[in-house]
Amino acid sequence: MNAFLKLSLGTAALLAVGFQACKPKNTSSAVSGDAAVKAYVPPGKYDEFYNFVSGGFSGQLSVYGLPSGRLFRVIPVFSVDPEKGWGYSEETKPMLMTSHGFVPWDDLHHTELSQTNGEIDGRWVFGNANNTPRVARVDLKTFRTAEIIELPNSAGNHSSPFITENTEYVVAGTRFSVPVDYANGDVPISTYKQNFKGTISFISVGKEDGKMDIAFQLLLPGVNFDLSHAGKGPSHGWFFFSCYNSEQANSLLEVNASQKDKDFILAVNWKKAEEYLKAGKGKKEKVRYARNTWDESTHTGKHEILEEVTVLDAVALKDICYLIPCPKSPHGCDVDPTGEYIVGSGKLAALIPVFSYTKMQKAIAAKAFEGEYEGIPVIKYEEALHGEVQKPGLGPLHTEFDGKGNAYTSFFVSSEIVKWNIKDLKVLDRAPTFYSIGHLSIPGGDSKKPNAKYVVGYNKITKDRYLPTGPELAQSAQIYDISGDKMQLINDFPTIGEPHYAQSAPAELISKNSVKIFKIEENKHPYVAKGEKESKVIREGNKVHVYITAIRSHFSPDNIEGVKVGDEVYFHVTNLEQDWDVPHGFAVKGANNAELLIMPGETQTLKWVPEKTGIFPIYCTDFCSALHQEMSGYVRVSPKGSNVPLTFSLGKNSSDAMSKENNSNGQ
Amino acid sequence: MKKLLLLAGIAALIYACGGGTQQDNTASDEASSSASSSSTPAPSDNPDGVGKFKDVQIPEKLDPALADKGQSVYDVKCSSCHKLSDERLVGPGWKDVTKRNTAAWIMNFVTNVDEMLNTDPKAQAQLEICLVRMPNQNLSDEDARNVYEFMRKNDGVQ
Repeated sequence: MNAFLKLSLGTAALLAVGFQACKPKNTSSAVSGDAAVKAYVPPGKYDEFYNFVSGGFSGQLSVYGLPSGRLFRVIPVFSVDPEKGWGYSEETKPMLMTSHGFVPWDDLHHTELSQTNGEIDGRWVFGNANNTPRVARVDLKTFRTAEIIELPNSAGNHSSPFITENTEYVVAGTRFSVPVDYANGDVPISTYKQNFKGTISFISVGKEDGKMDIAFQLLLPGVNFDLSHAGKGPSHGWFFFSCYNSEQANSLLEVNASQKDKDFILAVNWKKAEEYLKAGKGKKEKVRYARNTWDESTHTGKHEILEEVTVLDAVALKDICYLIPCPKSPHGCDVDPTGEYIVGSGKLAALIPVFSYTKMQKAIAAKAFEGEYEGIPVIKYEEALHGEVQKPGLGPLHTEFDGKGNAYTSFFVSSEIVKWNIKDLKVLDRAPTFYSIGHLSIPGGDSKKPNAKYVVGYNKITKDRYLPTGPELAQSAQIYDISGDKMQLINDFPTIGEPHYAQSAPAELISKNSVKIFKIEENKHPYVAKGEKESKVIREGNKVHVYITAIRSHFSPDNIEGVKVGDEVYFHVTNLEQDWDVPHGFAVKGANNAELLIMPGETQTLKWVPEKTGIFPIYCTDFCSALHQEMSGYVRVSPKGSNVPLTFSLGKNSSDAMSKENNSNGQ
Repeated sequence: MKKLLLLAGIAALIYACGGGTQQDNTASDEASSSASSSSTPAPSDNPDGVGKFKDVQIPEKLDPALADKGQSVYDVKCSSCHKLSDERLVGPGWKDVTKRNTAAWIMNFVTNVDEMLNTDPKAQAQLEICLVRMPNQNLSDEDARNVYEFMRKNDGVQ
């Protein structure tokens, strides 16, 4: 940026300060100095970071740039997306299948980037489904959902999809304990204490292909598992989960699950669990859960139902699990970059307890327990405690780290981010958020190597932040520069859905691998047409398969006759383009379906069951060239039993059009 | 007195805003000039066009194996828009294309589409007739050579 521009933007920012001084105090009072310069990414320039933001109740995952806050893409994950044909095309429907059938929506709360040696490696980003418990893996070469695995014996998968430092495992836990799937679930709700169980799943992730498998599930007392983070460095081999409702209430949890002064952080020795698993201590249980995988060569999702899971009884098998008391309904459970400190955040607490991994180990060795909870040893609070941050704010939720010995904690009730020192537990700085922050995120902020340039706050309440849009508002996010001693608010942007956790990675780690096209030669879709020569229409009973190609700017074929009312017509559209950023779209009048967006070299299928006779236009929905408006065609639908022959053609002047003979003559 | 101060403040505001607007213009001028410089580079009149191929030597006799490979590339990536006769579809028909252009020009055009369309006068003349920019179909160097051989076969080379 040239100096003149900097100066001018700086002036504008100063002006804003001056302006604010004569106005009554409002939300812009926090913006100061050179904020505009710091957040400004000039047109045509790239952002420093990709920011992968959970879409909450949208079920999707959105991708923003930092520090600009510009939205680049919404990746459809757990919810259908008619714009992209996700969940509508024949190829993508299997991705949303579960043991409950096709589920078109979910609630994606947390994103977690894959790591190698405790550092973000830029290969995949995981997301959790909170409603119908699942974990998804998104491939960052294509920014598409590559795999979704369902979790049996679970409900409300919230403490997920957090990973170990080499992405050995991604975890999942039950926010809502329920009777396990292999036991009778038709029991009175009031028998929670006897019949409801908590489970935690360790899903292994293939080193090369990322393929997910449930390695084992830990069977635990019925409580609500909330959030989690893996140990790292010295604490690698352990995983920490916050849990609330140790009261085991099944009604009015707002009151009944907030009775006790302390709930727990559950420390899981997963290396020990692996030993038990190897020793054959796991019990294979009969369950049903889905695993759906996307195949990039056939451009098609595959849905399978798996019928067995290995369960380890974490109460009967000793030394896997320990509980650490944690004040007042703990939520965030965050491990610092050294792996030594575990920060618990009680939603109703007015302090932050910080636990020490070393002290915890000593306490376990010395059996410094205060007793047991449902058969699991409870370590004495003081024996595991490093110390408490006193009066940090109200309602601590989540903590991220800067790798310089400091922690940043979000406070929902007091609407602020508070920076504090992990060693001496002193508060160093506080910055207001607008309003009621939930999660916060520093690039690499939960890894061994944070890249602590920014912290982003994801807020729950928006109110007057932007121009009003009726009762329903976008959620707001705020970016703070944390390169200096003090946090500085530099930008503010609206988000889709409701953002919960988010993660960021340096742009070049991911952009260099980004796929531009799919090679048409490598397309193994069973209905691909590699070139117009292969385009055709085939009838099999009442099924009509249209092998149709798209290239700027026509379809082949574009005139089809002989389709009858009630036929199942499958348009298998192959995009013959081999150039970046030339998708074609495809839509049919009256189809009870969405559109297709077909990337270069890809084949996607739209199913259409015509219910009326007549002429039905098809057209390209994605502006592709100067003659995009011409990219269209017609399908004639005749009555059932009509003897209109099945024919297809493209343009009188096309060699491919009238018959196959024309081509074979090689004219 | 208070009013006067306020007026002065407003004046300062207006002044500063004026500066800001001017700055915006400068920035956008810069952007547009850099954009236009990339879209209208100096024309090239090299008969081989622009790209990695220069003065390509082709044996007189047809290599039928190469031509066959070239035809399979044609079927997938070219036939949607180019006929083998002299008839124009989306792009020009291929009849006699090897007589109108050097081997290097054709191979440069199919592997370096955008730069050729931006700089080569012959390619630009075709664009004016067809008005559809030829898509970059990501042909490898080998594909380009094979397609050229198929074009030669189509033009009657034995």
